[in-house]
Order: sequence, then C-alpha cells, then structure tokens
Amino acid sequence: MIRIRCPHCGVRDHKEFSYIGDATKIRPPEPSLASDEEWYDYIYIRNNPKGPHEEYWQHVVGCRSFVKVLRDTLTHEVLATGLPADQLKENYEAK
Amino acid sequence: MSDYSILSLIKNAVHGNEKWERAWRDPVPKKHYDVIIVGAGGHGLASAFYLAKNHGIKNIAVLEKGYLGGGNTGRNTTIVRSNYMLDENALFYEKSLKLWEQLSHELNFNVMFSQRGVLNLAHSDSQMDAVTRRGNTMRLNGIDAELVNREQIEKMLPYLDFSNNARFQIKGGLLQKRGGTARHDAVAWGFARAADQLGVDIIQNCEVTGFKMKGNAINSVETSKGTIDCDKVGFAVAGSTGHLASKLGMKLPIESHVLQAFVSEPLKPIIDNVVTFGAGHFYISQSDKGGLVFGGDIDMYNSYAQKGNLPLIEDVVTAGLAMIPGLSRLRIVRHWGGVMDMSMDGSPIIGKSPIDNLYLNCGWCYGGFKATPGSGWVFAHTIANDAPHELNVGLNFDRFRKGRSVDENGGGPVPNRH
Repeated sequence: MIRIRCPHCGVRDHKEFSYIGDATKIRPPEPSLASDEEWYDYIYIRNNPKGPHEEYWQHVVGCRSFVKVLRDTLTHEVLATGLPADQLKENYEAK
Repeated sequence: MSDYSILSLIKNAVHGNEKWERAWRDPVPKKHYDVIIVGAGGHGLASAFYLAKNHGIKNIAVLEKGYLGGGNTGRNTTIVRSNYMLDENALFYEKSLKLWEQLSHELNFNVMFSQRGVLNLAHSDSQMDAVTRRGNTMRLNGIDAELVNREQIEKMLPYLDFSNNARFQIKGGLLQKRGGTARHDAVAWGFARAADQLGVDIIQNCEVTGFKMKGNAINSVETSKGTIDCDKVGFAVAGSTGHLASKLGMKLPIESHVLQAFVSEPLKPIIDNVVTFGAGHFYISQSDKGGLVFGGDIDMYNSYAQKGNLPLIEDVVTAGLAMIPGLSRLRIVRHWGGVMDMSMDGSPIIGKSPIDNLYLNCGWCYGGFKATPGSGWVFAHTIANDAPHELNVGLNFDRFRKGRSVDENGGGPVPNRH
C-alpha cells in the first residue's frame, strides 16, 4: 500500500485516491493561440521518469481535492506531497 | 549446431543426455555491428531473427541488460489472439497469429502454441451488440470469430457463474477459436537459438548506458561491456523505453505502468480455453502444469518497479470470483509485476523515430506477447528498408502529432485507461 499525506485529511491509503497523472503538464492558457506542437506536447507527451515523478492524485473518497505528490516510480516511495501549486520537486531537490 | 529432431533425442538419450550442445553462444561484443537491437526479450530476438532470415543482414547484436527473456517475455499471461477491430491493429495481429501457427517449425523449437480458443464474455445487450460488431468486423478482415450464446457457453464452460445470483449475467460472447496460449519462455529461447544459428550475437548482462551521436544519428552505443559502433539501432525494451529515450533527450507518448499477474496452486484440467470477463478486467487460462494463470488491470500509477500493490490484487480477484465463484477455494501461489509501456492510444508504436538511424518498437500496453513474431517481422522490415512494412505504416510514432491515433477502446489519450 502506498500511503499519501493529503494536505487536508492527513496520511491515507492510496486506495482512497484516484490517480490523475503527470503534474508537469499545463494546459495552454490561451487555447486558441496555442500551436499544434503545444497541444501535441500537452495531450500526448509525458515525462515518464524512472525516479522522482511529480503527479496528481485526487482524494476521491476523502475531501475530493487534487493533491500533488512527488513519488519515486522505481520504489513507490512518496517523497513529498502538497497543494497543486506547490513546487515539490524543486523543494525536495533543494533539501 | 544441429537441429532438434527425433534422431537427436535418441542420440542424446543414448549418451545419458550429457552431450547436448548449448542452445546459443555467449559471444564477446565486436567493435561494430550493422544493427544493434537493445533488449533480448521476445520482440528483440524475433526482430534479430527476421533481420537475418528475411533481409540477409548477418552482423547483428542483441544487447540485454539482464538475461534473455527475463523481462515481460517471462512475466505475461501467455495469451495469443487477433480479435481486434481497427485495421491497423487487426491486420497486424492477424499476421502475427499466422506466424504463431508455423512458429515451432520455423524455429525448430517447440513453443507449445495451443489454439485452445479465446472467449470474451458479454453481460448486457449493449455488450452483445459490441461483440457482434467486433466479430463482424473481424470476419470482414478474414479473421475467424464466432458469436456464441449463453446456452452454448454453459455447455462449454459450466464452471462460470450461471446462477440467478450472478451479479453480471452471461448473455453470450465472442469466440476466436484460433487464439490460445504459448509457452512464453520457449518463445524467447526458440528465437534466441534460431537467431544465434544465423550468426546473431546475443550479449547478455550488457546494459546500455548512453549513446554517442554524430549529427542526428547514433554513432555508437555505450554499454557496461564497452562502446560498440553501429549503423542502425532498434529499441525493443518495453517498459524501459522511456528511460532509454531520456538518455537521447527524447520524450515519448508513453507512460510506464506496472501490471501484475497471478498463478494459483495446480489443479487437474478445468479451464480448457482462455476466458475473459466482460464486466470487469479479468482474463484466465490454465497452464500445462495445472496452475490457473490470470490477471486484470494495471496498478494505475506510473511505475518502473517490477512489483505491484495489494489493493489491485483484491480488485482482480473480485472480478475473478464474479466470473468463476469456485476460484474462492484456491490459493494464489505466485504473483509478480512487469513494467508496461502504456501508449496514449492503447496501440503499439513500431517505426522510425526522430533520430535518423533509431527505430522504435514500444507502446505494447497489456498485449505485447501475442505480437512477438509479427512485431519482429515488421520491425525487421522497417530497420532493413528504413521504411515501414505495410502492416505497421499506421502504427508509426508520428500518428499522435497528426491526430491519427489508433484507439481501439475509444479511451482517449489517458494511458492507464487502455
């Protein structure tokens, strides 16, 4: 079981969460101005690192909030969690 | 190296089976190869075999980080089928199934291909409509498919839940009789031995650690056994594709996820076919040793770990019990995980890459094993001719950029939903 610290509810089993995916993908802020290449990158391309991965999980059976999680994809260890706007990877690497 | 035959069996039996030749060499890497395939799983070995056999290229190496067949080739649930609907998939997987039908002869190695039939159950009127449409499409493509009703299935597979208490009543299903299973390890061993006989160097315990570029081409591959020059490189590394591509600064329409599989304690023969549940994700067959081999969904989060988690086991078993209540009496004796390269449309990517002499064979999602010979066939063609075979034109890397995804399930660009 992966244990995820929801910033609102505390540490919970990952069963309570729904996996959303890569948190580094940001929808083009002005959709009509974005190029095909930007849409391609947003919709299809993923970082998929072997190691720390910034990702969203939704606490569906808890507070229903989106939680940002930094998790090692090789060990499944949760390295940090926070609010969607938090810079988890930068903060973790700066430590 | 001599062929396996009844004579070689007798000859070796006379010598107490102590004089069998080794099945493949253990060569030291040369300085240069015409083609380097990374990954000695089924797909990599099949690609090397067909490159040598169909295209006359002899100077080939297959580099393997661990031991051959030790990745997903040795970790899958061994199901072979071609019950696809979209042309890009259907024709490709049908070619693969035709190759399976001759594979043991082709390789002089018994891959124990057993055409025991694959049955997909349907549990509602809309699912019956969907399998009918799929079956008709398959038949139009020249692929065998039979629609079966509840009574026929009850006669064939009485152990399924036909009681009034069944949460998901069985309405009928789609049967592909030519589908079945094969012995997964034998496929790797058979391709390895046959490729080795054609002069392919299979180099195990040789991890690719980096690449030296010359312009937009790979000049040499850096490995744990030294630097090796090459003209062309093919990746057939399944779940590790993203990791290897990152060494080239390439990002792909792929996420790596972990998929678990399970084996029960051995039983006398009970499940004669491959059966899949329609109301959840569950597939089961019985191995020749008697163990029930089954699996379900991926764990749903990005992972490079070859191990899964307990909630998913509960999920898979729940689906299994809804289909076959008698499974509750069984113990699971083994379970394991493999790393799937989940593509953004659920279909594989076989073709040229943004790098001039690099070819990609990835994005196999749940279903790489059945594609093994077909994948090798078209990947070898693509590498030899620097252009795709007609069967993998539609499965190219650029299809996402052009909006031509091959989305069999209509799931959209969400890899864990395929």
